[in-house]
Amino acid sequence: MGEITYSDALNHALKEEMRRDEKVFLMGESIRGGIYGVTGGLSQEFDKRVIDTPLSENGFMGAAVGAAAVGMRPIVQSLASFAWVAMDQLVSQAAKMRFMFGGQVNLPIVYRWGLLYGNNIAAHHADRPYPMFMNMPGLKIAIPSTPADAKGLLKTAIRDNDPVMFFEDNNLAGSRGEVSEDPEICIPFGKAEVKREGADVTVVTIAGMLRPALAVADELESDGISVEVIDPRTIVPLDTKTILDSVEKTGRLVVVDPAHRSCSVASEISSIVSQEGFWSLQAPIQRVTSLDCHFPFSPALEHLVYPNEDKIADAINLTLE
Amino acid sequence: MPEGKELYMLMLRRMMLIRKFDETVKDLVQSAELVGMAHCYIGEEAVAVGACTALRDEDYITGNHRSHGHPISKGGDVRRAMAELLGKATGYCKGKGGSMHLADFDIGILGESGIVGSALPVAVGAAMGSKMQNNDRVVISFFGDGASNQGACHEAMNLASIWKLPVIFLCENNQYAVTTSFKDTVSTENVSDRATAYNMPGVLVDGQDVMAMHEATVHAIQRARAGKGPTLLEAKTYRYEDHSEGLNRILREPYRTEEEVEFWRQRDPIDIHSKWLLENDVASQEEIDKVQHDVYEAIGDALQFARESPYPDEADLFTDMFADPIPLR
Repeated sequence: MGEITYSDALNHALKEEMRRDEKVFLMGESIRGGIYGVTGGLSQEFDKRVIDTPLSENGFMGAAVGAAAVGMRPIVQSLASFAWVAMDQLVSQAAKMRFMFGGQVNLPIVYRWGLLYGNNIAAHHADRPYPMFMNMPGLKIAIPSTPADAKGLLKTAIRDNDPVMFFEDNNLAGSRGEVSEDPEICIPFGKAEVKREGADVTVVTIAGMLRPALAVADELESDGISVEVIDPRTIVPLDTKTILDSVEKTGRLVVVDPAHRSCSVASEISSIVSQEGFWSLQAPIQRVTSLDCHFPFSPALEHLVYPNEDKIADAINLTLE
Repeated sequence: MPEGKELYMLMLRRMMLIRKFDETVKDLVQSAELVGMAHCYIGEEAVAVGACTALRDEDYITGNHRSHGHPISKGGDVRRAMAELLGKATGYCKGKGGSMHLADFDIGILGESGIVGSALPVAVGAAMGSKMQNNDRVVISFFGDGASNQGACHEAMNLASIWKLPVIFLCENNQYAVTTSFKDTVSTENVSDRATAYNMPGVLVDGQDVMAMHEATVHAIQRARAGKGPTLLEAKTYRYEDHSEGLNRILREPYRTEEEVEFWRQRDPIDIHSKWLLENDVASQEEIDKVQHDVYEAIGDALQFARESPYPDEADLFTDMFADPIPLR
């Protein structure tokens, strides 16, 4: 075990899996140089298996489908906000092909999406579109929040035989944590992790929301409030059992999700718990999300849009009133 | 791969198979036995047949919503194709794809895309996979004049060219995107003129002449297998039917003249090839009639098979979603 950053954990997962399986290759814009801080240096070992593409997201995201259909295992990197440019290939081809052709083909593709938000880059680069892909059957979706989860989930994604949308929270890029060096450690999809045990309130967090939620939980501890924090880690498949079991214990639920409020992961989890865990609830479920406006550039406005420790604390207190 | 008379008769058989298949489809739409949409390939048979008979079994093709001609041209099973059109469990896609989405991955038919232009990037990816696995396989991507205006088409051509991928972009220019003439939508006189921008050969071919289609495709394949990269072939052709069956019940204004349709019917690909077979003493009229007879039997058998096949079960709704299944509801 050693402490490494979230970005390095991703880099190690790629390196180990590319060594293990020569069918695995990387594709994306300026990834040989490593513009996203993860793939730099890999081209020295893997050369032609690290491919810089033209700025043609729809083209190369679709090419990943064709390559996978004939036996390769592509990993494609881009920014989550650039997914819009490639929507046709992601939806019409990657998500639908296997079902529509009666299971004739497997598509082992990992689409790695950088989530950039809260960095004053305005609305065109700051999207968190994973809930929209939850609404499109055929895609598995992982969103790691720690270096260990980043490595373990990415390795699972690469070994999985279906298209995986893998969202990487860039706000966590430099965060450090213990990560196993065992190349066979993979984290299974559909297994939430209880990041902090507690008895009074369940807080489910997505991506970078884990850290502020843990900070709030520590603070409330001194007030005698015991907060349980759960990270689903994958939202398709979603481990509803761990969440429902926790709510059965605490009777209260807050979901913190940096996506926009309407039809967010927070909405989906709230809906599941209200339907299947209703009789455990002692207070209305609270959603803490980004507001339903775009991310403004101005430093005076931007921080007002996304969840923060104060908003999380307020939501927890609301459930306890 | 077949050569000489065997090849020429195979071309005839496959063109006749497509013609009879789609004439049957027309009837099935008319009688409402076939639900959903159906896009007939009648009139365009020489394009896919000429091209696919130049491929090896292990080579790949991708196609579009006008989906029946491509798989049959590559040796697909008309029974499973017809069963798919009727939504049966024995169909190519177990009834989950239907008329616009035939596929047979066992013989390199990587599927037909209902979204126009959407399969071109997929074809480029298959060619990438061939090159990376060094297995000498080439890809033909069939698309129409309408698709040639899609961004996906241009991105795919640029990618294939810069990476010198073994792919043949085969534009079936049937001259209309539904009812809109390509003359009003394509910025160049021919779609193949666009090849210049992607630094690849652009070749205009008579799409009604199966021999010409075959020869042009052979050259493009040679170039692809030699590692020299893609070719854009444009087959000038024509669909006798409307864009999709039954569209004439909706359309309020004619978009083409009867004279124009008749002009192209006089250039019928099956007639042209039959005449060539006779004039060059390759085959007798009896032999041609025999092929026609066999094809009628094969399509009759396919229809019977499709009709007698069971529908899929409710339990099949969630199968095939994922290779490594997850809970779904």
